[in-house]
Amino acid sequence: MSFDVLIVGIGGQGTILTSNILGEACVIEGIHVRGAETHGMAQRGGSVESQIRIGQEYGPQIAPGTADLIISFDLMEAARYCHYLKKGGFIFTSQEYVVPTSVFTQDFPAPDEHMIMGLIGDYKVIVVEARRLAEEAGSILTQNIVLLGAASSHLPLQEQSLRDAVSRTVPKKTIELNLKAFDLGRAVCSTH
Amino acid sequence: MVVKYLLGNEAIAHGCLEAALDTAFGYPGTPSSEVIDTLRTWPDRQSYVEWSVNEKVAYEEALASSWCGMRSIVTMKHVGLNVAADPLMTSAYTGVKGGFVVMSADDPFAHSSQNEQDSRCYAAFARIPCLDPSSVQEAHDMVRDAFSLSEEFLLPVLFRPTTRICHSKSDVTLGEVAALDRQASFEKDPRQYVVIPAHTRVLHKQLNEKQASLKKRLVESGYNRSTIRGKIGVITGGIAASYVHEVVSDSVSIAHIGAYPIDEEWLSGFIRSHERILVVEELAPVIEEVSRQVAGLVPILGKKTGHVPYEGELSPSRVAQYLKAADIPVKLDYPVIQPPAGLPVRPPILCAGCMHRTAMYAIRKVFRDGIFPSDIGCYTLGLQLGVVDTTICMGASITVASGMAQAGEKHDIVCTIGDSTFLHTGIQGLLNAVYNDANITVVILDNRITAMTGHQPNPTTGVTASGVERPAVSLEMLCRSCGVSFVETVSPSDLVQFTGVLKDAKARKGVKVIIAKQPCVITERRAKINRGKYRVSSDICIGCKACIKFGCPAIELHSGIALITDLCSGCGVCTQICPVSAISLEVKE
Repeated sequence: MSFDVLIVGIGGQGTILTSNILGEACVIEGIHVRGAETHGMAQRGGSVESQIRIGQEYGPQIAPGTADLIISFDLMEAARYCHYLKKGGFIFTSQEYVVPTSVFTQDFPAPDEHMIMGLIGDYKVIVVEARRLAEEAGSILTQNIVLLGAASSHLPLQEQSLRDAVSRTVPKKTIELNLKAFDLGRAVCSTH
Repeated sequence: MVVKYLLGNEAIAHGCLEAALDTAFGYPGTPSSEVIDTLRTWPDRQSYVEWSVNEKVAYEEALASSWCGMRSIVTMKHVGLNVAADPLMTSAYTGVKGGFVVMSADDPFAHSSQNEQDSRCYAAFARIPCLDPSSVQEAHDMVRDAFSLSEEFLLPVLFRPTTRICHSKSDVTLGEVAALDRQASFEKDPRQYVVIPAHTRVLHKQLNEKQASLKKRLVESGYNRSTIRGKIGVITGGIAASYVHEVVSDSVSIAHIGAYPIDEEWLSGFIRSHERILVVEELAPVIEEVSRQVAGLVPILGKKTGHVPYEGELSPSRVAQYLKAADIPVKLDYPVIQPPAGLPVRPPILCAGCMHRTAMYAIRKVFRDGIFPSDIGCYTLGLQLGVVDTTICMGASITVASGMAQAGEKHDIVCTIGDSTFLHTGIQGLLNAVYNDANITVVILDNRITAMTGHQPNPTTGVTASGVERPAVSLEMLCRSCGVSFVETVSPSDLVQFTGVLKDAKARKGVKVIIAKQPCVITERRAKINRGKYRVSSDICIGCKACIKFGCPAIELHSGIALITDLCSGCGVCTQICPVSAISLEVKE
């Protein structure tokens, strides 16, 4: 059995980079890993997902109802994918959400935070102030790493391998910034 | 040996380098593009790497390279193989010299494609071997071995990964990158390379004679293998094999097909050791049809019996469902869960500040009752703006437009096509439309890059795949040399001027070409071009929604008043749309 993680968000928010960090950490620890991600058309500001199966030797796809953990960079996307979570799994999500353009151009009803939380329902969700913490780390572009840090104590991977994987994966000039973001995220959620 | 966490396409590129690849040609297409992108950015690269203008061009160059004794790959997606089908068929007759691999990446579920065709059918049609990996590691190993297989049988080898191989990742064990030592040298042999009928008849016979030993060789290679464990068997291949291995009970036999053509005798031996067989494969029933031919009295379940669907992609949970329906035991069971309802959709959309949106907005304003054939690229997303009425394949916007015009359609016909797509197969449609005097307006959306597939350079970019600067092709001169007299180049960001040119075109007969030229907004961001951000003065905004209807993802409506978000890239087009001048450049205090 593998430990299955779904990373969701909007194209351009860093889902692929975050999944690369998890994959790299697995290679550091010598654990088999499989991942699947969204490329091409779906990336242009659309809803995207990355699937990472830690300790898996077969295929990369996670079935609905079986994911151990969801990391979401947008509150609305957390709701869109929450049914992938298994009973007892956790969702770590950003507090903020981008309203899809379809709401305005096609007159969809705009959901508010209350309604989104209602859709997530009974799933165990931990809402992280990712933007504020990323700003504190030094760049709002590190929100994905804040969330990875927040979820890190729930992953079957050593903290040190994750930090090493961050260093190996992000652009060289931003290593310190990203490690700070990781630590801030991890500190906030160490209590969960 | 080193273990890395790699994308399928990166692992495939590395396999090529381990096989001492000399030349690589391709046309970008999701999910195939990262193979050439990895090769072209490889540090200390020795091989020649090229983004060609279309798949037929790329195929013929790669074939010629192989005829000179070089190991060569040509990459494309499944629909690109249609463009290259002409040389594919005949190259099976002429054969090859240096190892020649044709990578055609299939896209079950059409994640980013116009259809779900199966490249394995092309391999069978051309009678060439096809290798079909079931994992990233196998894709790496297979493509490396494909070059020697090609040299052993002197045939092109079709290599067919699918989206869940190309765009999936795994820990991959890699070998050493090999040094190159071959020299290109073409040895003349007209009986081999000139397919006049007298030669062709001989070559066709030789191609057919290779088939029997090829089938045996693919079983010996271990790519077609089986394990007998009980009275019920599953035959599978490609990524579906990994799902079957994950979910099926240990009491069920498995035959794993990794290479085609399948040796019928071997397959028959497996099938006839069982009471019942289910075939699990994505897309076309290629394995199933061979199985049925050799099954004797053993029942074969699969697509033809309704146990597995013809369309879409498989997954572990779907495979478990199909196994159970065929009364085959599984070791994993999956809950049936409904996704939450009521969330607004978030489909892919043109970027904030993308000038394609502005061009399409203006087209819709000027040609209210127009018909809008379009093509394949980012701008296909203009569907949401109501300016994409048809999309078939690369190059089919100008031809569809002229076909409608020649049929006598009375409405204005305005087609859109991107720069890369125009160079791919758009030119032929343009010169045909001019020569036959169609009455259409062609808008070439020229952002100087192949943006949708990951910003690959094309001849309008002014830089090659290897990063060498070259004079960019002049679309104006190309269009004029096709015989177009109305050719206007204008940036859509100046809405007034752009709209004026559209009105000029509307007033004239014949083929009119407007080159809507503007850099891609992502290219600009990477070049650190910062045009600031715009803001709405809430006391001036009257909530008329004119800017909202523009469809820019950076503009939202809150309590009836427009608001510009952080996504704003500073194109400023919304200032030209707002009727009360409520939008202005943000001034930092």
